[in-house]
Amino acid sequence: MSFILRRLAFYVVAAWVALTANFFIPRAMPGNAVEAILDKFPNLQPSAAKALQAMLGVDHPGSIWHQYWAYLVHISHFNFGTDLQQYPSSVSSLLGETIPWTLTLVGMATIIAFVIGTGLGIMAGWRYGGALDRALPVLTFFQAMPYFFLALLLVDLLGVKLHWFPTGTGYTGGLVPGWHWDFIGSAIDHSILPAFTIVITSVAGWMLQMRNVMVTTISEDYVIAAQAKGLHRRRVVFTYAARNALLPQLQGFGLALGFVVSGAIIMEIVFAYPGIGLLLLSAVSSDDFPMMQAIFLVITFAVLLANLIVDVIIVFADPRARTKEANR
Amino acid sequence: MTTAIPVLTTEPAIAIADKVPGRWRRMPAKAKFGAVLLGLFVLAAIIGPLIEPYAPGFQNPDPALSMNGPGFAHLLGTTQSGEDVLSQLLTGIRLTLELAVIVGVAATALSVIVGVTSAFLGGFWDEALSLLSNIFLVIPALPLLVILLGYLPEKGQTPTIIVLSVLGWPWGARVIRAQTLAIRNRDFVAAARETGESTWRILAFEIVPNEVSLIAASFVNTVLYAIGASVALAFIGLADLNSWSLGTMLYWAESQDALQLGAWWWFIPPGLAVALMGTGLVLLNTGIDEFGNPRLRDASNASRISGRRIPPTDPTPVLSELSANRGRVAAFLHSFSRGSLLDEKGSQP
Repeated sequence: MSFILRRLAFYVVAAWVALTANFFIPRAMPGNAVEAILDKFPNLQPSAAKALQAMLGVDHPGSIWHQYWAYLVHISHFNFGTDLQQYPSSVSSLLGETIPWTLTLVGMATIIAFVIGTGLGIMAGWRYGGALDRALPVLTFFQAMPYFFLALLLVDLLGVKLHWFPTGTGYTGGLVPGWHWDFIGSAIDHSILPAFTIVITSVAGWMLQMRNVMVTTISEDYVIAAQAKGLHRRRVVFTYAARNALLPQLQGFGLALGFVVSGAIIMEIVFAYPGIGLLLLSAVSSDDFPMMQAIFLVITFAVLLANLIVDVIIVFADPRARTKEANR
Repeated sequence: MTTAIPVLTTEPAIAIADKVPGRWRRMPAKAKFGAVLLGLFVLAAIIGPLIEPYAPGFQNPDPALSMNGPGFAHLLGTTQSGEDVLSQLLTGIRLTLELAVIVGVAATALSVIVGVTSAFLGGFWDEALSLLSNIFLVIPALPLLVILLGYLPEKGQTPTIIVLSVLGWPWGARVIRAQTLAIRNRDFVAAARETGESTWRILAFEIVPNEVSLIAASFVNTVLYAIGASVALAFIGLADLNSWSLGTMLYWAESQDALQLGAWWWFIPPGLAVALMGTGLVLLNTGIDEFGNPRLRDASNASRISGRRIPPTDPTPVLSELSANRGRVAAFLHSFSRGSLLDEKGSQP
């Protein structure tokens, strides 16, 4: 357990670094951000202007450490301030509406891509030089594409030209979101194409990583010994080689998560999917700083949490890690 | 800019101990393909200004020339406001490559400095720097880039380059540190130290030359990251929207509904350019990787296959971090890293 606790401590420190950066960046940047924002939103309510000044630390009583403390207290209550664009909605209520969409779509698609990619990687690594292995450069091409560009192509081809899939938003207009079949069916229908995009673009990465670790693992003595013992091939591949190759793969998964999630969020824009990506786009285009900062924190926390889960899985999946844990 | 080709194509070869003639022939086919593909883009970037038929921002006032498909007057068609897509594409390739190469050089230099220093200082400073890079690795870069660029009063090439470089070093630093730790205890380094060479000389002439393939791989990965990140940032509008990078082209195509209007010639070329440059870089890294990692190289010799990696993968899984005797504080810091699970296996208690 101590490893997981230490990792938890690490993520707390990482979260603190993110929070602190988020606090100091607006204060460290040249120019007066408040004035720039107030110019853009001339009919801002006085209370919103005041909240903004407090957030950016202009004309605010108290030392910077006092402000910092107040900021941390606010964040701990999920208070990200008032949104500028959709005043008087709070940033957290707007985020609350979009997070479930992104979490479901990006989370599910990433896990599917990881599982498929790892499986293909095991096969490609075991028979390196085989047909699957030689198909890798083709997949590389899809992976080198920006997510949003592949999304544009797929929407044009499968949505606009062939009418196979709906082309935008999260569900058919007119439906009331809720736990009834009409809505869920429509939501699934709308999420197939975005999910497919994420899987296509990220599967090659996981596959290659796993394939490379497999190539290194299968030349280990214990794998050769297992083969020499005449064990069934399935047992050698999965129990001996793949299981040991899985640990670096999971570590890589944790580290790559930030990239994948960022890419997927940008991709949502193309589909006009009602997730965080669209919120980020509108925040950027209207200089809605409280929203941008809140999105940064939310994505960071999500990635940190996912990494912690990966750590737990590593400990449970890897016998070496488990015995080490027991001996501590 | 012009140095990009020699750096990319010759460096992997330097890593081979026996300098056999015909390095180019010995490169894996996929790496060759990648180098050629990339070379074409570099060429397009260099001669672009000479062959551009129009100025990229020239708006043809004739309304009949708005959103024209590819034709003789405009080889890749025109945009909504009558601009020539081919000219924009050439300018876009130049600006995007320029940005990516500068970021690649700057961020890789930072990674080498941090990685090598960290491994050489050892102990507390090593663990502290590793902790720092692990933190920056785990915080997703894109949203952080968004707020950094969002707050900057002006958005253009230079701010983007600075911000991308500042956030682009941790991955390379991590890999280079691991390699330096492995090399540090080799006999030739000990010999150099015995002969009284200064630490700087050892670093510059003994350590770094042995890491050339890793540094090259790190450079290629950083260029890839810079292209991806800058295009994504421009796509959401965080760039100088009056300049014509590949990302801003995609931004305008998307915001002026090129897709809905069926103007495929407007959004496909820039996206395809990004994808092909990315493919070239990735394939090129295959070659570098196989030179750097003997096991993958053997596999490629045996069956003429190749592997390559995405940035968030350790290109050298063969190397294990040699955990030298850590001080108590350093050991404490190290125990928070994910690697602490395994790499302490062989170390003395």
